[in-house]
Amino acid sequence: MKQIFALWMARNREYYRDKGSLFWSFIATPLIVIILALAFSSESQKIFHVGVLSIAPTTVDASKLIPTISSGIFSNEPTIEVIAYTDFENAISKVRFHELDIFVDPGEARRYWVNPESEKGLLLEKLMLADKSQSANLQILWQRQEIKGQKIRYIDWVIPGILAMNIMFSGLWGIGYVIVRYRKNGVLKRLQATPLSAWKFLVSQALSRLFVMLAVTTIVFISCDLFIDFMMIGNYLLLLIIAIIGNLAIISMSLLMAARTSSEDLANGMLNLISFPMLLLSELWFSLDGAPQWLQEFSQILPLTHLVKASRSVMLEGANFYDIAPQLAILGLMTVIFITLAGVLFRWDQD
Amino acid sequence: MTAILEVFNLTKSFRSLRAVDDVSFAIPKGSCCGLLGPNGAGKTTTIEIIENIKQATSGKILYKGKLRDSQFSSETGIQFQTTALMDYLKTREVLKLFSKLYRHTQSIDDLIEICQLEEFLETYATKLSGGQRQRLLLAIALVNDPEILFLDEPTTGLDPQARRNFWTLIRNIKKRGKTVLLTTHYMEEAELLCDQLVIMDQGKVIADGSPSALLKKNFNHSYVCLDREDFNNAHDSSHINCISSPIEIREDCIAIPTNDVEKTLSELISKNITLQSLQVRKPSLDDLFLKLTGHHLRE
Repeated sequence: MKQIFALWMARNREYYRDKGSLFWSFIATPLIVIILALAFSSESQKIFHVGVLSIAPTTVDASKLIPTISSGIFSNEPTIEVIAYTDFENAISKVRFHELDIFVDPGEARRYWVNPESEKGLLLEKLMLADKSQSANLQILWQRQEIKGQKIRYIDWVIPGILAMNIMFSGLWGIGYVIVRYRKNGVLKRLQATPLSAWKFLVSQALSRLFVMLAVTTIVFISCDLFIDFMMIGNYLLLLIIAIIGNLAIISMSLLMAARTSSEDLANGMLNLISFPMLLLSELWFSLDGAPQWLQEFSQILPLTHLVKASRSVMLEGANFYDIAPQLAILGLMTVIFITLAGVLFRWDQD
Repeated sequence: MTAILEVFNLTKSFRSLRAVDDVSFAIPKGSCCGLLGPNGAGKTTTIEIIENIKQATSGKILYKGKLRDSQFSSETGIQFQTTALMDYLKTREVLKLFSKLYRHTQSIDDLIEICQLEEFLETYATKLSGGQRQRLLLAIALVNDPEILFLDEPTTGLDPQARRNFWTLIRNIKKRGKTVLLTTHYMEEAELLCDQLVIMDQGKVIADGSPSALLKKNFNHSYVCLDREDFNNAHDSSHINCISSPIEIREDCIAIPTNDVEKTLSELISKNITLQSLQVRKPSLDDLFLKLTGHHLRE
């Protein structure tokens, strides 16, 4: 423990004395949040989102499902995006949080769901009913269902993603890149000449980065909340557990990448290769609903996907431990696999 | 004297290159042994295999008569040829960090005094001068109060004054009864510090023994040396043939090995050769190396 604590302290000192790195850790994330808050505060998008329950994901022609959409007022604008959902609960949840304006079940029951607190949802429904040629048909054939829920602004939706992104970049570059640099300049070789074991070294580095990231994320979370007042209806302790396990998964992934590499350029390339798919496909910025099935399946192998999903569930839906247990289990499993491989493959020296 | 370290038939191959070729030697406890050889001779590879940093292709190493185990890593101090230290850690913090990595350590205050670190204790390790940095690296190597100290070209790149200061530190450490294995390509360093020399070239040991014994074994003459420009027309065979001893034309001088210095000087004077740069000296380790390998240590 004495060895781990000494290295943990040393690494923390390196972190907080590096003023440039410290500045950007605390400034970059709030800056992104502020820019996004300003950019999306006007709610100027003109897209209606219509969800359609589908047994198998298909490209759905809205006009065949709701006749009014293809006639009269809907023919030109506003643009309507129709998204197929195979997961009924997921779609209902999206209507609840105003992410979908209307959700349609075109099966035998012929129901549609609308949120009475959603202005866009009600407007879309009124437009459909105002179409005299089809309204009677709609009222007769389609049963109206109401789902109530507070509106989620885009900034509320994206905040868990931004915090996760911060964790990802800090975890990948803050530990993996540093270890590669240590290997290249001989710091690791010097440590190898002591009785320190590779496991203790890796654990100390992981714990140091975990400590730093929890501190940074907490401060960024509080400061962004003060500025934006974003939605957080879940349990803070649960969010902390997600942050710890998610952080460990990312850190372990980074340790695995850095297990043998001694070229900083190669490490940079590998980190980009790891981070960009997560940045684009882990639903940080946008939902993958409506994306090809294979892409949605691919996103499930990315730890950030589960980190974002769990934290979003807690923050926006008030999910409990059992709701997010699958994500925590996946992240935990990834951590164990990555860190075991990192420990086995680890080399002190460049050969 | 009992050997603290014994190396038997050590070999290390990198694909087709045999960097260390059947190297064997032993180091008595409390002595300073120098691995001497030019760049690329295999000194660093040899010492790193002994330190357990690199794995040998074949061979055996015994520490205190046993194969190396965890006791070895806790009783050895190592200073690598090139080592970076963590960014943003001060000299005192670096010492404290490394002292926490060992079970048995000597006091930080003692280390500061032994290695003369007082002036830069609060300076970041990355901001130290070459000499200060080497002293800190030596202190790190001594942090566990080691029985045997490995120093890989510790004075390479230092200015002459810093080098001499470092030699004083090593001599003081020797006085404390520590065993030292030192690699160097500085003849003066080896002569000044080492009780025993293992001379390597192209991965092989070409001579092994105390400096005086090696010189005595290989030479029974002195050298009369002159600058080449003073030895006017040195390549002129008439001048060369006029001296009874065979002369050696070297890069920096003309060296005349002789058992009778007075006779050689008389011959030079009789041929009107300028003696402005005259030096009469005993054979050095560089002469020994030249004799054994056909090239100089620094080549």
